[in-house]
Amino acid sequence: MTILVIAEHDNTKLHNSTRNVITAACQLSQDIHVLVAGNNCAAVVTSAQQLFNIKLVLVAYHPAYAHALAENFAKLIKTLAPDYTYIMAPATTFGKNILPRAAALLDVEQISDVTQILSANTFVRPIYAGNALATVQNLCAKQLLTIRTTAFAACELTNTSCEIKTITNICDFKLSEFVSLEKNITGKLPELTTARIVVAGGRGFQNQENFKLLEQLAIVLNAAIGASRAAVDAGFAPNDCQVGQTGKIVAPELYVAIGISGAIQHVAGMKDSKVIVAINIDPEAAIFKIADYGIVGDLFTIVPELIQALTRV
Amino acid sequence: MKCLVAVKQVIDPYVTISINADNSAVATNNVKLAMNPFDEIALEEAVRQKEAGKITEIVAVSIGTNASQETLRQALAHGADAAILVVTEQIFSPLNIAKILAALATQQQTNLVIMGKQAIDDDCNQTGQMLAGLLAWPQATFVSKLIMDHASNTALVTREIDGGLETLRVSLPAVITTDLRLNQPRYLSLPKVMQAKNKPLSIINLSELNLNLQTQISTLQVNYPPQRKAGIKINSVTELLDKLKHEARVLT
Repeated sequence: MTILVIAEHDNTKLHNSTRNVITAACQLSQDIHVLVAGNNCAAVVTSAQQLFNIKLVLVAYHPAYAHALAENFAKLIKTLAPDYTYIMAPATTFGKNILPRAAALLDVEQISDVTQILSANTFVRPIYAGNALATVQNLCAKQLLTIRTTAFAACELTNTSCEIKTITNICDFKLSEFVSLEKNITGKLPELTTARIVVAGGRGFQNQENFKLLEQLAIVLNAAIGASRAAVDAGFAPNDCQVGQTGKIVAPELYVAIGISGAIQHVAGMKDSKVIVAINIDPEAAIFKIADYGIVGDLFTIVPELIQALTRV
Repeated sequence: MKCLVAVKQVIDPYVTISINADNSAVATNNVKLAMNPFDEIALEEAVRQKEAGKITEIVAVSIGTNASQETLRQALAHGADAAILVVTEQIFSPLNIAKILAALATQQQTNLVIMGKQAIDDDCNQTGQMLAGLLAWPQATFVSKLIMDHASNTALVTREIDGGLETLRVSLPAVITTDLRLNQPRYLSLPKVMQAKNKPLSIINLSELNLNLQTQISTLQVNYPPQRKAGIKINSVTELLDKLKHEARVLT
């Protein structure tokens, strides 16, 4: 039973999500290969070779693979599929985009967002925005899975370096073409989905100008900035900051929800955080029902105090 | 250009769900139903493209029980020109739904399919990608901006990906799946709802499509997730930092 894990990367750096998938894969088999498809991505290959428990890294270099275009990736996965029982990818926008297409080409089902592996073909996955957990059994001969990265720890990197096999098969359909990428402007702050600490703001901030207070707190804590859908819709924060059912799913060590009421939609994206702190002026706010520590009060008093106290330390 | 919009009837997003006593599924009896919100965005986008003269006809399609007729009537009121319901009592996996949609896309000779990026019930986020794969069309998923260009027979799409906003040019025919910020669906006026009653809604029996659909996924159980307990209230910032350092040990 060999597993193929599809590596997520930007041609420069291996994305941490790949390491979460390896941890999940190790629960199914010890025979794991990783596919790195990209262009000029030697550093990514080197990192992949050091992933814990990996037997082989398949490398496909070509401009057609530079931007993870689904048409080319799915076909490449299809051509490699005969050698594998499991094909796994992170349930990030990268994995969600390519793996279902590969499944259709292989005429097999895919299980999305796996949070628990119960047996070789039985998995737990959240449905209804995490308000229910479904246990599903997949009888397909080939199992395609996307892994909820926050449900599995990142695997370690080792000092050893496994073998490489170069794939010469080039799938270049030219059905779609990369035009541009406008990267998230997080500056020096950590990336939202992998940050150890997330500070998130909601409608309580009242306007975009006030939201800068959250940025100051993020800087002193070296935290990523998150936002509720209400804050994003009101234009306080950019779209890619949105945490929730339809935004990003995060599970940091510490999540500080400020001026966020705690709508189901938002909670679905952060309830697996290890420690939750809530700061809200409304003592009845739903967020307090899931927070480990809550402060009832005006954020415009509390947040500056918090920044000052942290700066002093 | 004819555009197919796939719409799914789901439990209303504002309803708190409950699970059947035997843990077999989420309860759907006597629960308020609605059009999947992402599909509503897909429909709104098709209507806007039609208003801009970029497409000529919108056909809304749904797969489900007769109750889905209501969702299709809503689609017609929203601006679809015609609707098709593929009637079935069975709940299908995304792969099977994609196979049914592929058959309809071929039958309807469309070269654009717009649909939500995921349904808010099973949250699979697969059907559009699978449909594009089956048809061998390009796909543009999680789209927040769509510009159709007839001269080059392409579409310029902006996708909401984890790293930011990615822009692609896809050739047509194509499958587009919609993200939240593509548009804000309009409210339906009473006259439109009345007019929709006279628009064509055809019903096809699934067996008429002659598809070989296999059921390979089964849901063994549905459970509530473990609930987080409310913690404690704290009175000062000093106390909070003390707890985070010495009790929770998440700050040093």
